[in-house]
Amino acid sequence: MRHRYGIMLTTLLVALVLLVVACMLFGSVDIPAARVLDIVLGRGSDNRAWEIIVLNSRLPMIVTATLAGAALAVSGLLLQTTFNNPLAGPSILGVSTGAGLGVAIIMLAMGGTIGSVFGQTVGSYVATLLGALLGAGAVLAILIVFSSIVRSSTMLLIIGVLVSYLASSVISLLNSVASEEGVHNYVAWGFGNFSGVGLDQLPVYVVLILLSLAGAWLMVKPLNALLLGTRYAQNLGVNTHRVRWQLLLITGVLTAVVTAFCGPIGFLGLVVPHIARLMLATSNHSRLIPVTIIAGADVALLCTLLSVNGRHGVIPINAITPIIGVPIILYIILNRRKIHYFN
Amino acid sequence: MTAILTTHNLTVGYTQGKRVTPLLSDLNLTMHQGRLIALLGQNGAGKSTLLRALTCAAQPLSGTIEIQGRNINEISQRERSRLIGLVSTDRIAVGGLTVSELVALGRQPHTGFLGRLSEEDHEIVAQSIADVGISHKAGSYVADLSDGERQKAMIARALAQQTPIIILDEPTAFLDVASRIEAMQLLHSLAHDRDKAVLLSSHDVSQSLLLADDLWLITRDRQVIQGPTADILQTDAMDRLFTTPRVTFNPTILDYQWRPDI
Repeated sequence: MRHRYGIMLTTLLVALVLLVVACMLFGSVDIPAARVLDIVLGRGSDNRAWEIIVLNSRLPMIVTATLAGAALAVSGLLLQTTFNNPLAGPSILGVSTGAGLGVAIIMLAMGGTIGSVFGQTVGSYVATLLGALLGAGAVLAILIVFSSIVRSSTMLLIIGVLVSYLASSVISLLNSVASEEGVHNYVAWGFGNFSGVGLDQLPVYVVLILLSLAGAWLMVKPLNALLLGTRYAQNLGVNTHRVRWQLLLITGVLTAVVTAFCGPIGFLGLVVPHIARLMLATSNHSRLIPVTIIAGADVALLCTLLSVNGRHGVIPINAITPIIGVPIILYIILNRRKIHYFN
Repeated sequence: MTAILTTHNLTVGYTQGKRVTPLLSDLNLTMHQGRLIALLGQNGAGKSTLLRALTCAAQPLSGTIEIQGRNINEISQRERSRLIGLVSTDRIAVGGLTVSELVALGRQPHTGFLGRLSEEDHEIVAQSIADVGISHKAGSYVADLSDGERQKAMIARALAQQTPIIILDEPTAFLDVASRIEAMQLLHSLAHDRDKAVLLSSHDVSQSLLLADDLWLITRDRQVIQGPTADILQTDAMDRLFTTPRVTFNPTILDYQWRPDI
């Protein structure tokens, strides 16, 4: 058991290093590997444009994607355990869309354009973040209320999808009163994009996500108790009410931060926890959380690598995640009875 | 006989909005250390509701529950988790844990913030698994267990919690006869050998009468009769459980049967 954990963690970490290197080397502009190395090692380059591409574009994009993947994957894992629902995830339950709606409202209220956090003042992107947090929080609150009314986990998924549709339609209505440029930006933002976090915004993004990931890691004990359901968890001394709120707060922050900066990214949050469980063959969170974090980063970097190497410019991230995600979800649904952690 | 859990004028039931429906009223019940109690009664009598109140999963409508003389509401949730262990019929998806990992969850009330297991915790987990007789399955996934083994693993989890009181809601409900008898025998010896107070609800009348030291009977008119099994069998109490008049208790087979002659 421990053995398998070690092997899987090492494999994923090696893959992470390779993907980071690949994302540094390959992009829409061809830069020789030796030059990239020079630039990264601070030896500079005679080509100023290459320097800017590597340091101001590829490097922040890699950091953004790595943390976005980890954040969405962990928030998916927390949602799946909290709602005791293996098909829960931040996008399918509407948390991402809720964050998007929050962003849209804030952007419009501030007279700006929806979706783009490029080149904004510190004040405005803090406002965008707050909007995303409030939107994600509102959807999570709705889900909590409904989860105490409808007991069926399938029904909760459907409610999540409905909430998501509702939020999307409100966003569209808001768009109808927005400027043409605003709509364009919003549509672009909706495609998902890991290159939207500028160097100046990166510290806030990194700190918020790392803190939330650390918070998730500290919840391993109650998460494992929740596998037994509310009644057993309470009997084991877990204040399930408080723990649920803490977990949803962490989920909300993770999803909101990623959504505000990168757009609503689909599938990652739903799929990666399953990849981690299948790799480890366990539902024990003490091993699941680290592996989910690294696997999330890997998958997001893989998507990034594919997206920046399209023949005609950048492919939207959300055009790639379903191609990775859907087959895995179908595999899981079809093999439900054979997969240990469902039984 | 040391009393460990007592109820005082306890009334349990449920509230729906403003409507309060009491099911069982003014209960003065006692659980003793080292004794196995079977709670019997027809469906809907209030067995689960009573067990929910005793395990603090629901607030009683009135009255108090005391453990070792202290009001249960004044005991912190954390401390309570070291006093009462629970085995319920809730279907849980823990197939992705090994038996050892599942049983180790029972150590949570005793471990620190991150839940790391000490050497001693590991020993208690192994011993609890041995106590229910499934040591050979310790490394197996819960998903690969039979229903009987699964229930034993859940009982081992409650044992690892090392509580003086164990409460089980229909622990034998989904088991075949052999596993049912085995589980009852196991709970009987746990009460006697470990000096634990064990309370279980059951529909298995004959096994309950054979193995339980005390009975709590919920009659059809919602009275609770308590007493040692042998004493209760001397009375007509067993005939007051069911509303179906032609199903009557037969003391020779220690079970109910159909009476065709009325």
